[in-house]
Amino acid sequence: MKASAGGYARARDVRHALDLLAASDGMGRILAGGQSLVAAMNMRLSEGDMLVDISRIAGLSGVTDEGDVLRIGALTRHAEVGADPLIRAHIPLLAAAVDYIAHAAIRNRGTIGGALAHADPAAEFPACVLALGATLHAEGPDGTREIAAEDFFQDVFTTALAEDEILTGITIPKVEQGEAQVLEEVARRSGDYALTGMCLVKRGAGHRLTVFSVGPTPLLAQGAMTALDAGDIDGAVAALAEALDPPSDTQASAAYRKHLAEVLLRRAVARIGEQQV
Amino acid sequence: MTAAFSDKVDIELTVNGEPVEGRVPAGQHLVDFLRQTLGLTGAHASCEHGVCGACTLRVDGQAVRGCLMLAAQADGAEVWTVEGLTEQGSSRDLQQAFVARNALQCGFCTPGMIVAAEDLLARGGVPSRAEIREHLSGNYCRCTGYEAIVDAVEDVAQARAGKGTA
Ligand SMILES: Cc1cc2nc3c(=O)[nH]c(=O)nc-3n(C[C@H](O)[C@H](O)[C@H](O)COP(=O)(O)OP(=O)(O)OC[C@H]3O[C@@H](n4cnc5c(N)ncnc54)[C@H](O)[C@@H]3O)c2cc1C
Ligand code: FES
Ligand code: FES
Repeated sequence: MKASAGGYARARDVRHALDLLAASDGMGRILAGGQSLVAAMNMRLSEGDMLVDISRIAGLSGVTDEGDVLRIGALTRHAEVGADPLIRAHIPLLAAAVDYIAHAAIRNRGTIGGALAHADPAAEFPACVLALGATLHAEGPDGTREIAAEDFFQDVFTTALAEDEILTGITIPKVEQGEAQVLEEVARRSGDYALTGMCLVKRGAGHRLTVFSVGPTPLLAQGAMTALDAGDIDGAVAALAEALDPPSDTQASAAYRKHLAEVLLRRAVARIGEQQV
Repeated sequence: MTAAFSDKVDIELTVNGEPVEGRVPAGQHLVDFLRQTLGLTGAHASCEHGVCGACTLRVDGQAVRGCLMLAAQADGAEVWTVEGLTEQGSSRDLQQAFVARNALQCGFCTPGMIVAAEDLLARGGVPSRAEIREHLSGNYCRCTGYEAIVDAVEDVAQARAGKGTA
């Protein structure tokens, strides 16, 4: 099918983009990589949008070292995240996630900010930033604010961003000495959205476990984390089974998703062990 | 409509090395502009939601989905389609390998396959068969069963590495 857009404007900078959003009578829609939005427009899932194209705003792209954290601009493309030497060295989970996202041609255009703002429940980056305890940076008419990853993902395709706000970047703590990070997922074919996936991070402060494609938002599996901290893998599996109430859909049944979560948790724990020796 | 937004957007870009100007509807994707306005029908519009790869183009040196990029976003871009690669002769060996290996039947997927494969070959070296499959995983072929396509790409990678500077 063919897309229908209400209008198009190319933003020069963040201020200009915010002004355009404000002038759009509630019909404004940020266009970043377009790899979810243009698909939705072509399918007529989204009609009459006043597109605010932010993809040329130079200051929103790239990775900077800020000491204990890396700042990743919202417009940094998936392929750039996967290849960036700072990210590969300091946030290996994020670099590893890129290989699971879509296909090369989509990774060349899609942006990390777009993936986070889109908040697909089966997407990898939202689960990664939740597992890593990232901070999301937004800018709106009243200035900038920071949103913890724990508070950002609210429902299917729904985030804490207000309609007149733009996600400008993400800051993520660098790995500590001895920290391990792994991503595990099962998809039917390479590049498909996950049927179930998870991120496991082991730091001095304890484990962080997030599971995706099992509910409306990525899930921080607190019970399983506590059990893993105590070295109780069976307990973690049991706690995770308790916490999950996944949907059944055309992709996978709820029972299959729960089964995958257990298998993936055991794999992730085994890989974390290997990484640490 | 608010003054700042337009439902028609003026663009200037280069397509297959030639400068091109156009006035495009805000929601038109790049493949429709190439096919309907410029008559370049090599890249195909099929699923139009990013899944099949038939629309794969080279934009600013990288393979992208032509159906997921708006023509309005291509202002200033350098776009190559299979027609340009053919005319330029830069993919002749790959095209010949597709024929030699029977890597096409109906040919619908082929323009996208060529652009996607060139994206991988541009990295240099000889990718493994698994890497070739992975790189082409976003390009559907309903005819060949893929094996012959992987053969063709592998042949060309080996041949180019053999006579390249690497
Ligand atoms: C065939 C296919 C397979 C895919 N498979 C996967 C997969 O396996 N895993 C995965 O994670 N993703 C997958 N994707 C989606 C892909 O990762 C997208 O790139 C991503 O979801 C959106 O990023 P974008 O930059 O393209 O955003 P866009 O499509 O431009 O925007 C998406 C949404 O986010 C909003 N938005 C974008 N940027 C901002 C911002 N800075 N501030 C506020 N709002 C913003 C837009 O208004 C829009 O609502 C797939 C896509 C396709 C077409
Ligand atoms: S037409 Fe673009 S991916 Fe199918
Ligand atoms: S040759 Fe027919 S779809 Fe590939």
